[in-house]
Amino acid sequence: MENLPVLTKKDRMAIPRQKMPEQAPEIRKRNFNEVNLGFDEKTAVLEANRCLDCPRPTCIDGCPVRIKIPDFIRMIVQKDFLGAAEKIKEDNLLPSICGRVCPQEEQCEKTCVLRGKFQAVSIGRLERFVADYERKYGNFTPPHFLPSNGKKIAIVGSGPSGLACASDLIQWGYDVTIFEALHEFGGVLVYGIPEFRLPKEILRYEINNLKKIGVKFIKNFIVGKTLTIDELMNEEGFDAVYLCVGAGLPWFMNIPGESLMGVYSANEFLTRVNLMKAYQFPEADTPIHIGKNAVVIGGGNTAMDAVRTAMRLGAETATIVYRRSEVEMPARIEEIHHAKEEGIVFRMLTNPVEFVSDENGWVKKVRSVRMELGEPDASGRRRPIPIPGSEFDIDADLVVVAIGNGSNPLISQTTPDLKCNKWGNILVNDTSGRTSKRGVFAGGDIVSGGATVILAMGEGRNAAKSIDEFIKTGDWDETDRLSQPTP
Amino acid sequence: MNKILSAEFIAPDIKRFVIEAPLIARKRKPGQFVIVRVRENGERIPLTIVDGSPETGFITLMVQGIGKTTKTMNQLKSGDFVQDVVGPLGKPTHIEKFGFVVCVCGGVGTAEVLPIAKALKEAGNRVITIIGARTKELVVAEFEMRTVCDEVIVTTDDGTYGKKGFVTEALSAILNTDRKPDFVLAVGPLPMMKAIAEMTRPYKIHTEVSLNSIMIDGTGMCGGCRANIGGKTQFVCVDGPEFDAHLVDFDQIAQRQKQFVAQERISLDRFVHENHTCKLDSYINQQEKS
Repeated sequence: MENLPVLTKKDRMAIPRQKMPEQAPEIRKRNFNEVNLGFDEKTAVLEANRCLDCPRPTCIDGCPVRIKIPDFIRMIVQKDFLGAAEKIKEDNLLPSICGRVCPQEEQCEKTCVLRGKFQAVSIGRLERFVADYERKYGNFTPPHFLPSNGKKIAIVGSGPSGLACASDLIQWGYDVTIFEALHEFGGVLVYGIPEFRLPKEILRYEINNLKKIGVKFIKNFIVGKTLTIDELMNEEGFDAVYLCVGAGLPWFMNIPGESLMGVYSANEFLTRVNLMKAYQFPEADTPIHIGKNAVVIGGGNTAMDAVRTAMRLGAETATIVYRRSEVEMPARIEEIHHAKEEGIVFRMLTNPVEFVSDENGWVKKVRSVRMELGEPDASGRRRPIPIPGSEFDIDADLVVVAIGNGSNPLISQTTPDLKCNKWGNILVNDTSGRTSKRGVFAGGDIVSGGATVILAMGEGRNAAKSIDEFIKTGDWDETDRLSQPTP
Repeated sequence: MNKILSAEFIAPDIKRFVIEAPLIARKRKPGQFVIVRVRENGERIPLTIVDGSPETGFITLMVQGIGKTTKTMNQLKSGDFVQDVVGPLGKPTHIEKFGFVVCVCGGVGTAEVLPIAKALKEAGNRVITIIGARTKELVVAEFEMRTVCDEVIVTTDDGTYGKKGFVTEALSAILNTDRKPDFVLAVGPLPMMKAIAEMTRPYKIHTEVSLNSIMIDGTGMCGGCRANIGGKTQFVCVDGPEFDAHLVDFDQIAQRQKQFVAQERISLDRFVHENHTCKLDSYINQQEKS
C-alpha cells in the first residue's frame, strides 16, 4: 500500500459529500440503462476519506447484516479495493445489489455521526463501488468452507432472502438447493426491480458465483404444487426448509373500474417489463400496453419503479397519485428525487375513487378526491381524510395499482400445519424464524408482508443461523411464541 | 427444458404433445394446468393438462395454433424441447358423485374435459358429453370420450358430422326431459360457456366453467388473470380455473381477453412473415406422422 498523507478530522470534515454521477434526466427517462453510473476510483477514495473512522462506529448498528463499515472504508482509503470487497463479503455476499437497492439513508447512513450538517458518508455508494470494482477486476475467490456435513437444506424462493440464506449455509458445509417457481432466478430482483436500478447482468453474476460454490438452483418448481413441503422432507430427504416465497397476491383498491383494460397491478406491469422483457416487444413475445398518460397509484419504491418504467416505455405524462403527503411516502428519497428529475408529476393528497371507462372498455380517467391529513393513525402517520365534494378527474390510459401485496396462498393451502395470520403471512418465532412446523423456517415478505431487500436478506441470514442450530442440536421448542406481523 | 416425446396434428391447427415432465405427471389432477414458455424471450401461456401418467413421467397437452406463441409451439416436433414447463397449477376439478352429469365441450376443450369426464364416471356418475365443433375435421377426442362416457353427442355447426347445430341445442334437448342433470360442466369458447350458464340458471343446476385467462406467473403474483366472480375479484390461477358459472361475469372476461389484440396482431404478422406458413402446413405435418 502506498503511503498516504494523514488527514486530520478537520480535513476530513472539510471534504464535501461526493455526488453520484448519473445519466442526465432528459436522456435516461427514455432508456432502461442504469441511472447511477457509480464512483470512479478517485471519487471513491475522496468520499472514503470523509469517514472519521470512529472508535465506536454507530453506522454498523444501522446495518441489518452488520457490515464492518469503517474497516472496508479504511481499505478504500488505502486503495485496497479488492480487500474492501472481501471485508464486506464477510457479512454480505451480495454487495453490488445492496449497494444499489438498500435504503442507506434509513440505515447505516442514518446512524453515521456526520449525518445532518456535514452529511453522512456515502456508505452505499462506496459499497457499490468496491463490489463493481471486484466484478470488473477481481478473480472470484470462493470463501472459506467448512467440510460437507451431508445435511440437505431446501430454500423455497430465489429472492434476496433465499440467496443470503444459501450463501451462509453453503459455507457451513450444508447441501443447499434453491427452488424457484419462475423461469429465472432472483425473485423480486429479477421480476420487480427494473434494469435502470439494478442491471440484470449484476444479478446473474452474483447467482453464478453462488452456483460456483455449490448452491444448486432448480427453476420451474413450485413448492406446494410440484412437491409439497412434506414430500421434500419425507421423500426427498431435506433436513430443513426455509420458506422465503416473497410477496403474493397484489392488492387492489376495490373501486369501480379496476378490471378495465389498461389497469394493471404493479406486479403484473413490472413483471411484463422486467422478467418478460416487454420493453423489447415484438422481439420479446410478451406485450405491454404503452400509455400516453400513465397514472401510478401508491407511494412506495414499487410505485416509483412503475411510474419511471411507464415514462421509459414512452408515456407523455407519468403521474404518481398518493393519498397522503410527500413526507409520508415510503419510497426512498433518492427514488423520489430521480423521479422528479425525470419529469414525473406528483399528485399528493389525492385518492382514486373510480376508474372511468371509454366506450371500448379501456380506462380513460382516474376519478379522484382530494384528501387532508387528520390525526395520526396506527402507523404513526397522519390519517388521510377525503374532502367532501372535491372530486376531479385525471386523464389516464394506463393505470398501475402499486399499493402493496397480500400473501401467496400456494404453500399454506397445501401445508395445513403451517400457522398463518389472517392475511396469510406465515407466523414465526421472532428471533429464530421458526414456524409452527418442525424443521421449517420462514422469512422475507411472506412473513413481514412487504419490506426491503436488505431486511429480507437479514432474515435469510438469521434463518441460516437458526437452521444450523436446529440441525446441530435437534432442538425444537414446540411452545414457541409465534408473532403476528402486521402488513 | 422439457423433451417432446411425440407431437402430432389431430385436427387442422390442433396438435397433441406428449412431453417429459415426471413430477408434474405424478402430481397433476383433472382440471389443472401448466404454464409453458416455448422459447427464450417467449411469453408464458397456460395450457390445460389433458393427460399424464406417473409411471412414464409424461404429460399430454393440446395446443390450438391461434397466435404467435401457439403457432410457434405447433412447429415443434418430437425430439424438440420446450423451454419451460411449470405446474401443476390451479385447483383440481371437484369430483364427487352428483348422479347425472352433462359435460359440454367445444373445440380443443374436448380434450381438456376428457380426464374430468373419466374421473366423474369413475366416481359413479352417469355422464353424457356433448362435443361441439365448427366442422367435422375439428372434432377431437371423440373416440376416447366414447370409451369413458355413457353417451356422447356430437354437434357440428355445418352439419358435416353428428347433429347439425350448436351444443346449446343438444343441451336444451336434455334439459327438456324429466331427468334434469345434477351437474353441468362447460369447457370451451367464452360465448359457449356463457350460453350454457344462462341455460342452466333457470333450473338452478350447479354448473361449472373452466376459465382460460391471460396469465404470467400462474401462482397468484401478477393478478393479470383476475375475474369478477359473484362481485368479488378472484384470480383464475389460484382460485380457479373452474368457477360456478352462475357467478361469472363473462362479459368482463371477454373484454379483458381483448386487451392485447393489437400487439397479438403485430406478433402474428411477424410470425407469418418469417415462416411463410400456408394452409397446407398442418396437412403436410399430418402426413409426416404416418
